[in-house]
Amino acid sequence: MTVAPPPSSIEQTDLEQSFTKDALKTTLPVLFGYVPMGMAFGLLLADQGYAWYWATLMGLLIFAGAAQFMAIGLLAAHAGLFEVAMTTLLLNSRHVFYGLSLIHSLKAKGWRRLYVIFGLTDETYSLLTAHHATSNQKYQTNEDEGKFQFIITALNQSYWVAGCTLGALLGSIITFDTTGLDFTLPALFMVLVIEQYKATRKLFPFIIALICAVTSLTLFDSDSMLLISITMTLVLLLGTQQFQAKGVIK
Amino acid sequence: MESPLYIVTFILTMGFATVVTRAAPFMLFSKQGEHPVLIFLGRYLPPAVMLLLLIYCVKDINWFVNKGGINEVVALSVVTIAHLLFRNSLISILLGTGLYMALRQGVI
Repeated sequence: MTVAPPPSSIEQTDLEQSFTKDALKTTLPVLFGYVPMGMAFGLLLADQGYAWYWATLMGLLIFAGAAQFMAIGLLAAHAGLFEVAMTTLLLNSRHVFYGLSLIHSLKAKGWRRLYVIFGLTDETYSLLTAHHATSNQKYQTNEDEGKFQFIITALNQSYWVAGCTLGALLGSIITFDTTGLDFTLPALFMVLVIEQYKATRKLFPFIIALICAVTSLTLFDSDSMLLISITMTLVLLLGTQQFQAKGVIK
Repeated sequence: MESPLYIVTFILTMGFATVVTRAAPFMLFSKQGEHPVLIFLGRYLPPAVMLLLLIYCVKDINWFVNKGGINEVVALSVVTIAHLLFRNSLISILLGTGLYMALRQGVI
């Protein structure tokens, strides 16, 4: 015998359950990405002699893969805090531009909104924008969409923190030759280069970046390459945009 | 080993700088999000920055000393091929890193 679903309290519970189920399903690829990447980070940090809880704390308070990998070298070099701040700003400057398209689709409110912005990694951003494009029929209210965005962000960070901690614990228990493990970082950037090309189908950003990188490595100290080449790239891109706007080039 | 105080301030500094980059568009551009210059940069700065970060990671390779750069070129080629075939970031990164570690540690 089938019974029609009784009043709205049950529907509400159903919706809450399907929130969590949907969020788990949506974030599954991130789970498989964050745990091994977080472990690689934790292993490397523990390998430098740091206690495991530093990896946990960094996963909780920084929650940025590339920056945390960079942090290992900066800590070893006992970098000044200004240098740490500048390097992080440069490394994560892409978030500024990623976030632009999320301004209108971020529905979370209050403290949940602040948390989602704090946890806006590349992966969280990708999931939020992809989900926003497909879910309009399911979560009709902005409130539901906002709660869902919050759960996605929190799940992603829990995977990351778990990975960082696990890697650091394993790293301090077993001895493991980590030579070459830091290749995860260039491998990640290689993947992102391919993904960016697939998304834009334009070569000129890469040509500009290559010219700027070679120029900066040739003319300046290689340690300041990132700052110099990103600034040069920004100037050349702005120039390209001006020419394009004036119709000089397509 | 650095003092716990240094590590804590280090982590807080890096965390704060990260939040600044993530919160900036919401604080600054919520009104000008449609400006053509911002849209252009939003589209074309990320690909350029990704390539710069990739080059930054491999810039210290000495290309002229014995095996200089061969391991990196091989492993990055595997990442590229794997990613074009499967388009699964995790598979691409793990394959490339595993191969690179094997090459560096003399397993292969």
